[in-house]
Amino acid sequence: MAEILVVAEHRNNELREITLQMLNKASDLGRKNNCEVSVALLGNNTDKLINDLKDRADRVIVYNDQRLQNFNPDDYKEILATLINERKPLITLMGHTPWSLDLAPALAFRTGYPLATDCVDILLDSGKPKVVRQVYSGKIFSRMAFREASGYLITVRGGAFPSSKSFDYQTEIIQVAMPTMAATSRREFIGYQDTCKGEVDITQAELLVSVGRGIGEEDNIEYVKELAGIMGGTLSCSRPIVDKKWLPKYHQVGTSGKSVKPKVYLALGISGAFQHVAGISGAGTVIAVNKDKKAPIFRVAQYGAVADLLNIVAALKGKVQGK
Amino acid sequence: MNIIVCVKNVPFTQEVDLALDASRQDIRKDNLVYVINEWDNYAIEEAIRIKEQSGGHVTAVTLGKEADEEVLRRCLAMGADEAIRIEPGNLKPDASMTAAMLAEVVKTLPHDLVLTGVQSDDFNNGITGGLMAERLGLAHAAVVNSIKPSDGKAQITIELEGGQDEMSRIDLPALFAIQTGINEPRYVSIMGIRKAAKKEIKVIQAEALGLPAADLQPDLIMEEIFMPPETEGAEMLQGDAGSLADQIVRIIREKGVSL
Repeated sequence: MAEILVVAEHRNNELREITLQMLNKASDLGRKNNCEVSVALLGNNTDKLINDLKDRADRVIVYNDQRLQNFNPDDYKEILATLINERKPLITLMGHTPWSLDLAPALAFRTGYPLATDCVDILLDSGKPKVVRQVYSGKIFSRMAFREASGYLITVRGGAFPSSKSFDYQTEIIQVAMPTMAATSRREFIGYQDTCKGEVDITQAELLVSVGRGIGEEDNIEYVKELAGIMGGTLSCSRPIVDKKWLPKYHQVGTSGKSVKPKVYLALGISGAFQHVAGISGAGTVIAVNKDKKAPIFRVAQYGAVADLLNIVAALKGKVQGK
Repeated sequence: MNIIVCVKNVPFTQEVDLALDASRQDIRKDNLVYVINEWDNYAIEEAIRIKEQSGGHVTAVTLGKEADEEVLRRCLAMGADEAIRIEPGNLKPDASMTAAMLAEVVKTLPHDLVLTGVQSDDFNNGITGGLMAERLGLAHAAVVNSIKPSDGKAQITIELEGGQDEMSRIDLPALFAIQTGINEPRYVSIMGIRKAAKKEIKVIQAEALGLPAADLQPDLIMEEIFMPPETEGAEMLQGDAGSLADQIVRIIREKGVSL
């Protein structure tokens, strides 16, 4: 029976949400196409993680070793390439995450399997996978097939699939002895550091007035900040604003910043890259103002206006102050 | 320190109306402006900063047509010492082919550090650097947002999700895929680019690289591109700025926020 292998991602002894999302898709594909679902779990003191994976797959293949306490790409690549070359799963799923950006190409090279990254959908057509990917900043979708191969590697975009509830799998746990590894690793883990601590906590705001690339110039930030103040809201922003150092990172909404849950999220000049959109899934209502009528943000907003944001900011200031 | 930076010329698509071309395999590009891929701009800047601090030699490499030499001139204007273009000829490279060709060229050059952007703005694959690192046998990290080289190693931070960075120490030579925001790329003047136009760009034919046929086959086959489904989406508000502001204020209040 064909196998779908999901590489579990975890940090600080917690499964990452993407792992549950991949398992949901894997089990969906597995049931429709008669494939078994396996999970590769690499970690240290893995009991809790194993427990969290129970009922969600046919088997969990566990490598438990001190060296695997934190993500260690050299060891991960070695172990997973060997595992894939032995088991020859039809599809291997990884999250489209910073770690997999390191891992997935190495596995493609070492297994000879073709790789498609950042996929938002996976189709199985007579035993051959096809994927849907977004291109050109998410404005266009593409459907792609793979070259002929006996196995395929796919990384999955976070949030593309819902997280799995537990299923009714009779999960077999297979503990595998750690293979002999090179004595030293070329990469030495030092630690984690939080990058979003600061004087403003955007996660607690009821109203976020959020600004993106469309703001144009740094001087305009102050103008939007004033509006946020007048409205009793909190200023937040998308990634390009932090990249340009126009606001500190603790203002940033999105996968590399913070996930927010305001009653209203007012997105000004934010195009809506998926990394940003992933951070506002908890928002009650999203109102988007953008010059580009095809900006992806309009696909997730409840209300939209195609307009120059500076004109809207000026008008909003007038309306709110006028009361 | 010898630093090689891989850069790409890409169409600028922010706030631009895109149309599908007749083949439905790509977008129409005749009316688009080309720019240095955003991530690559940070990568070349980082290379030049490292050179400015501790000395060295920066080589910019691209895979592209003659018109794409623009991106190399920009790198030279920023401070790169040397530029190489790989001419693809009739090949239509995907990410795996691109990585094979770039790696083949990097192999022939002295390198302590190889930098790429995390991804390109057109196809967003994010794997060229990782594939190159494997081919070159280099240590590798992706989504790198700081590099401090010293004593044959580099202390780096890697941007993870959820407002956390990973700090690691990695042996050189290494290949890093650079994240936006790692630095503030310098401004490049038209004059600077004109001056750089006089510098020689070395051109290497892809077919002269001697890669095996298997490396020049795409991993992925584009079946079709299409516009996003328009079934869902925002209720679009209409009117002038004043009217739009009225409606926005009303919606915010309706949703339980007092202004």
